Amino acid sequence: MTQAPQAPARTRAQIAARTLRRDAWWRQPAINAAGLLAIVVYLTWASLVNGDYFWKPYISPLYSPCLTSNCAPGAGFHWVPWLTALTPAILIIGGPLGFRFTCYYYRKAYYRAFWRSPAACAVREPHARYSGETRLPLILQNVHRYFFYIALAFNVILTIDAVVAFRNHAGQWGHMGLGTLVLVINAALLWLYSVSCHACRHAVGGRLKHFSRHPLRYRAWSLVSRLNAYHMQFAWVSLFWVLFTDLYIRLVASGAITDPRFF
Amino acid sequence: MGTKVRMRVWRGDGGAGGLVDYEVEVNEGEVVLDVLHRLQATQAGDLAVRWNCKAGKCGSCSMEINGRPRLACMTRMSLFDPADAITITPMRTFPVIRDLVTDVSFNYEKARQIPSFTPDPSVGLGEFRMQQVDVERSQEFRKCIECFLCQNVCHVIRDHPENMPAYAGPRFLMRIAELEMHPADTADRRAIAQDEFGLGLCNITKCCTEVCPEGIHITDNALIPMKERVMSRKYDPVVWLGGKIARRPRRDTPKVPGGRA
Repeated sequence: MTQAPQAPARTRAQIAARTLRRDAWWRQPAINAAGLLAIVVYLTWASLVNGDYFWKPYISPLYSPCLTSNCAPGAGFHWVPWLTALTPAILIIGGPLGFRFTCYYYRKAYYRAFWRSPAACAVREPHARYSGETRLPLILQNVHRYFFYIALAFNVILTIDAVVAFRNHAGQWGHMGLGTLVLVINAALLWLYSVSCHACRHAVGGRLKHFSRHPLRYRAWSLVSRLNAYHMQFAWVSLFWVLFTDLYIRLVASGAITDPRFF
Repeated sequence: MGTKVRMRVWRGDGGAGGLVDYEVEVNEGEVVLDVLHRLQATQAGDLAVRWNCKAGKCGSCSMEINGRPRLACMTRMSLFDPADAITITPMRTFPVIRDLVTDVSFNYEKARQIPSFTPDPSVGLGEFRMQQVDVERSQEFRKCIECFLCQNVCHVIRDHPENMPAYAGPRFLMRIAELEMHPADTADRRAIAQDEFGLGLCNITKCCTEVCPEGIHITDNALIPMKERVMSRKYDPVVWLGGKIARRPRRDTPKVPGGRA
C-alpha cells in the first residue's frame, strides 16, 4: 500500500533582519536608559555624600527617617546608634528602591532599556535563552506587594516631614516657605504613585471574584484603576520630584540659595 | 486615478522565500488589504492572503507591515510616506503555509488545554444571576477577535520558539484571567497559570497591549492581576500561613491533557 506524500515541514518565514521596523523604535528605550542611569548616578552620590540634607525644618526624603547616630543635629531618631559605617540614606534606601525596582512599570522600562528583552516590540532580542521571571533572581519580583507596604510606611513618614515643614527655621508653627511646598508636592506625588500601583489595585479589590458583593471595595478598586492608568506618569514624576526635593534642600542647607518664605 | 506605491511582499512556501518588489496603484482612503487585493488581481494572482471581514472584526488578516504587527484591513495607506516602499511579511512567530498566510494552530492547541468555565454544580440552570459590575470586568476580554497579533509579538515565543510548549501566550493567559475573575466559576487555575501556561515567563513589557487592535489592556487588566493572584497562591508566605491556620485546602484545577507536549 502506498503512503500519501507528506506535506513538507512548515517553518517560520526566514527573515534575517533583526527588525523591519522603520520608525525610531530605539528612541524610547534610549530615553528611559539615559533617565534611569542619570537617576542612579545622582541617587548614589546623594546617598553617599552624607551632608547638607537637613535645614530645619526641611529634611531630604532620601535621608528620612534618619535612624543612625551620625544624623545631622535635630534631624534624626538615633534608633540604630551602632550603625555608623553606613550613611543614614544607605540604611533606608532599600525600602523605596525595592518598591520601584519590583514595580510593574519600572520592570517594563528597565527590561526594555537595559536588558533589551525586548528593546521594542517586534525587535529581536539579543539573548540566546530566556526564562523570564521563573527563576532566581527574577522570581523575587514577586515580593512587590511587601515593598508596597514598606513604601506606604515611608509615605507616612514623608507626609509627616511635609507637615513639620509648616514651621520656620526657629521651629515656630504656622509658617511656610518654598521648601514646604516642595515637600508637600513630594508627599502627594509619592502617595499617587503608591496608590496607583498594581499591587494596591489587587489588594483593594482586584483579588475579588464578586464585585457586586463588595460595593465599597469595588468603588475603591474603580478609583485605584483610574489612577492606575497613569501609573507610569506618577512613577517618573514622583521619582524626579524626590531628587528635586533632595537637591533643593541640599542647595538651601549648603547656603547656595535662600529658601523664599511665604509667611 | 491613484498614485503608485512600491510594495515589498514576502513570498514563499513553508519558511523559504524572500521579499518581492511590486509597484501597485493606491487610491485615496484605501487600506493595505485593498492594495494587496489589487496586487493579487493585477500582478500576483497566486499571492496567498488570509482575510474575511475587512472590518477589523474577524482577525484574519494579521501580518507585519513595515515590521509592525497589524491587521491589513485596519491599516490605512495614508499612514505611509508614498516615496518609501512598504514591506509586508507574514507573522514571524508562526510557521508559514504560503506567502502571508501562517499556520496558527498553536493557538487552538493552547486554547484546548485551559480548564473551561466550571460553575458550581449545586446552582441550577438559570438560577445564577450576574451583576453588571461583574459582567463589565470580563467584557473587555471578550472583545478579543483572536487575530493572534499579541501571540505573534510576544518575545517569549517570537524570539525563543523553544518556549512554545511551556507558554500559552498573552491571549490565553488573558482567557485564564477572565475565567478566574468570573463570579460563577469555581475552578482554581492559579497554579497551572504559572506552572503549565508559563505566566512567569511574561516579563510584562506590554507589547501585547501595544499591538491589540481592539485596545484591550491585556497587561494591566489581565496579566498583572493574574500575576498578583498567582503570587497569593504560590509565593506569599502570609497567605500560605493564613491558609494553614484556617485549614483551607488547596484545590488546584489541573490542565486539560492534550495539545503540544
